[in-house]
Parts: sequence; structure tokens; C-alpha cells
Amino acid sequence: MSTRVRTRIGSLELANPILTASGCGGTGRELAQFTELGRLGAFVTTSVMTRPRAGRPTPRAAETPSGLLTAMGLPGPGIEGFLEHELPWLAEQDVPVIVSIAGDSVEEFAELARRLREVPGVAAIEVNVACPNVQDRGRMFAWHPGAAASVVRAVRSHARPGVPVLAKLTPDVTDIVTIALACVDAGADGLTLINTVEGMAIDPRTLRPALTGVSGGLSGPAIRPIAIRCVYQVHAALPRTPIIGVGGVATGLDALEFILAGASAVAVGTTLFHDPAAAPRILRELDEALAARRVGRLADAVGLAHRPTGHVPPQVRPEPDGPAAPAPGEVKERLP
Amino acid sequence: MSDTPVQTSGTVLTVRQVQDYHAMTLVAPAIAEGFRPGQFVALAVGGEHSGRLVRRCFGVYEVKPDYGGTVEIVFADTEPGTAWLAGRRSRDKVDVLGPLGRPFRLPRDPVSCLLVGGGPGGSALFALADTLQRRGCQVHFLLGGRTGRQVFGSRMAQRIGDSATVTTEDGSVGETGTVPEVMPRVIAETGADVVYACGPTALLRPVTRVAGEYGLPSQVSVEEFLQRTGACGIGVCMTCVLPIHGEDGVTRMVRACADGPVLRGDRVRWGDLGTIPFDALGAPRVLGVPEGSGK
Repeated sequence: MSTRVRTRIGSLELANPILTASGCGGTGRELAQFTELGRLGAFVTTSVMTRPRAGRPTPRAAETPSGLLTAMGLPGPGIEGFLEHELPWLAEQDVPVIVSIAGDSVEEFAELARRLREVPGVAAIEVNVACPNVQDRGRMFAWHPGAAASVVRAVRSHARPGVPVLAKLTPDVTDIVTIALACVDAGADGLTLINTVEGMAIDPRTLRPALTGVSGGLSGPAIRPIAIRCVYQVHAALPRTPIIGVGGVATGLDALEFILAGASAVAVGTTLFHDPAAAPRILRELDEALAARRVGRLADAVGLAHRPTGHVPPQVRPEPDGPAAPAPGEVKERLP
Repeated sequence: MSDTPVQTSGTVLTVRQVQDYHAMTLVAPAIAEGFRPGQFVALAVGGEHSGRLVRRCFGVYEVKPDYGGTVEIVFADTEPGTAWLAGRRSRDKVDVLGPLGRPFRLPRDPVSCLLVGGGPGGSALFALADTLQRRGCQVHFLLGGRTGRQVFGSRMAQRIGDSATVTTEDGSVGETGTVPEVMPRVIAETGADVVYACGPTALLRPVTRVAGEYGLPSQVSVEEFLQRTGACGIGVCMTCVLPIHGEDGVTRMVRACADGPVLRGDRVRWGDLGTIPFDALGAPRVLGVPEGSGK
């Protein structure tokens, strides 16, 4: 793969910007049957908590138009099982590992960061703040700037210095920029945008909610416009903060869209359920798309959609079979 | 033989209606080659730019060496995804993963085997029967359904089995009754040493119970549960979990796809399917977690 696609998330350098999204790559072993993990920019683990967790009863998933609604309940082996059975195998693969952590209290997040401090093979920590806070009636940390910031601050202070801490935010807030600013102020080195969008489906046969969890998180191409909007808004407010864009990436052009909105890397989620070999294909398509637009370095394309109207460089050409490029000055900039 | 499944673009050879079901034959040599009875395939539906993201999982009825290797599945058309599959024509392409999951475990000695099936999933027993017979085992079939049109393969079972018993609730084919009702008699008549079963979950539970009453081990494929709950087929999505009582006495939530679909019947906590038993590893310690949170 060309050097064109190299990118970085804070101090973490990545050979390419295509990651797995948390909760969508299993332990890595399952995907490795169909794809080379070494060709990923990084592998993001399923959120790990302090204790083993069975998660929610089935049905946990329902197919919706261009989407998947899931209510998993954060199942996992707990940090002991993860450090014993999962991380060592991942660390042997030729891929940076970003460990996602989840907790139901600030203390749990802090403990997880401490446990990961002396462990080799942790390239970065992603803080899943879209978790219910049991000390606050189960409301999500990521709904409140103060709660999200307190989690990030705790993780940052206990994590090994130099290991980037990324906050993964929910789009289900009035103003995601406020939450993002609070997380960055609290020490987040980067942001992962977005977690699933809360949704619900009702089964017409049983006349009951389709999921045992009643509502669940919507993922897949259905939420991509929401994710693009969030990345665009946050990048506008925090242009120096690296963003991992997540939400319905299925093709290289989808990934390009996130990069133009302001993401430095892109994670593939539900698409992996549909196509376990999607990541290298998306990377190849992205590389081709950048080359076709004469973008020499991925970093040059990050946030390019934010350029003011009328400054369309002539070398940025549209898809050969896509709609014709608007002439410079013809583009009507819309405010986010 | 490699145990690694593959992703391949299968070419549809035929799709035909069989009673209430559809039988699709795909040319997929790499899958046919590695297949062992009990394993399944996961099909993408809706074509290349499909908005349907969930893979559809089906047990395999038969693999053949024709055209380099074919895989035949039998399925019911119950939702838009299976309707799309039923509408495929010869030479259409379908993206398919397989062979997936753990196969039926085979007896070391040439014993008498009772193969119990129902619904389209019962078709997976025929590949097993072939393998068992090659090892010198006796194969006795017990197939059931609501009506004759829902019993797949009754004539085939009569042809290849050492015996074949068919039950229907409406009496349209075979004996009037249900599988669990006639199973004790069939066990006595055939001298069965082991029970294999594949079909609806509502069938597997009583089959496991009756086998247990006669002290027989049972191997069951929870393919139908997987079809209802699974999304990926390869073990990454964690949506198809069911409670299994382990040898260490601990109940764990395991994946029907990657840890199954063939499981020891007596290990499945049938009464607790669709729940997290309170004593399962990692079960919630505090009841009343608010709905809609913790996605």
C-alpha cells in the first residue's frame, strides 16, 4: 500500500486510516480467517469492562433499512480474561491495538486505565463514554459535558503517559461540540465519532419491541449522514484534534467523505458483519480515490470540505462517472 | 483439509421449490471441499449494494463434486432476505461464507444412530447420514412436521436409511403425531446408541429430553436459533448467544455460530433460551438496569 494513506492520531502513527470499529471485530481471530489484520491501520477491541459480563438476552439485533439495531449490553470477558486470552494474541499480530474500555462509574474507567498501564501492546485507549452511569440513574456519561470530562480526566491521569486517550461520543445529544470540547479540555488526545444512534423497532408478528433491550443502537449506512455531520461540526470547532470517523463506512468513497469532513482515520463497523473482508477493499478504494483527486498525502485531505467557497483547487476532480464538478464560485456553502 | 472458512462468490446453479421450501444449489468449490456435516454457510442477500446487512445462515443439505464442487441449501421463505434468495436464477452470483461452525461429532465405532429432523433445517441430516454410513453406522431417520409438505426428505430417508419414521400432526404423511411422542418407540425398535437432531428449537428441546431419558448422548444443531438471532455467521457480532452449562459447572453465554451450531443437547439450557440465567457467568448482579441503555 502506498505511503499516501499514512496517518496519525496524536502521537500514534498508523500505516493507513482504516480501523475496525469497537464491538465489530470480535477478538480478531474470527476476522483473521477472512482478512489480514496486518493490513488494518489499527484493530479497535470490543469495549472491555472490569468484570465478565454476559450482556443482554436475545434477540439482540434487528435488521432495519441500511442499518442494524443492536442492544448487546456490553458483553465481554472482563479485563482479566481480556488480558489473559485476547490481548496477547492481538499483540502478536502485525497491527496496532486500540483498547476500548467501558465502565459504569468513573472509578471503573480509572481502574481499567490502571490495569492497561503496564501492559505491552496497547497503542491507544478508546474511552466508550456512551455507557450508562449507575451513579447517575443510568444516564450516559456522554450526555453531559461534566460527566464525560470526569471519565476522560480519570483515564488520562491513570493511563500511561504518551498513550493516546480517545473519547468515543454518542450523537444523541443536543450539541456534540460541547461534549467534544469538554473531553478535549479534560485531556482527550482524540475523539471517535460516532457511537450508535438510539433507535427502536417493533416486531409486527409479536407486536412487541424487536429487541429485548427495547431500544438499541442503530448502526450501518443508515447513520452515515449523522456521523458526517458530527465529524464536520467537531472538526470546525477543534481543527487540531484528531478524529476517528465511524458510522456506516462501506466503501472507499464513504471513508473519503469522513476524511473530507475532518477525520484522520475511519473505522469500519457493521459492514464487517456483512463482509468480513471489507477493510482492505475500502482501503484500496480510498487510496485510488485519493490518487484520482491528486491528493499526495491523506493529511492534505483531512477537513478539506471546510474550505471556504470559491477556493476549489482545479486538481480536485470528481468521480469519472459521478456528477460534473461545480465550477469554482458556483458552490453554495451551507452552514452546519 | 483446511479448517479455515472462505468467502467466495457462489454461482447459482438451480433454485427449485421443494414442498413448502426452496432448495438452492451453488457452485462453491472451496466451501464444498472443506465441508463437514453440521457446518453451515452464511449468505449475503440483496446484491452488491444491498441495504440488508445481516447474513442469512443455513445448514448444508448436500455437497457434490459437480462443477468443481457444489453446495445445496434448503430454506423456507419467511422474510425479504429469503424471498430474494428464492428469486435467484441460474448463473446469478451470491456472496457466501463457509464452511462455518463446528460439525457433528462422529462416533468412533459403527453404532446405531437416530437422526431426528424437522423443518427445512432437517435437510442437514442427509450429509451426516452419508458420512455415518460410510463409517459403517446404522442410520435411522425420524422426521416430523405439522403437515407432509413441511417434512423435507421423507422419501430420501426411506431410500437411504436403515429405517425411516415420519410423523405429521395432521396425518397427511406417515403417522399422526409428533416426534417426541413416537421417539421412545423408535429408540426401542432401532436400538439407537446416539441421537443427532437438527430442526426448530421447539423440537430440539424434547428430543434432547427423550434421549436423556434413555441415557443416549445427543448432538443437536441449533441452526434455526442461529437463523433467528445471528447477524454475521462468523462469531464477531455476538448476537446469537445461548446459555450452555459447561463441564466445570459454569453456565456461559456462547455463540450459536462459532461455538455451535452443533452442541451437546444436554449442555443447552433450553428453558433459559432468550434469557441470561441469573447464575450465568457475567449475569447482571443488579436487577432493573434501565431499558434502552448500555447498548
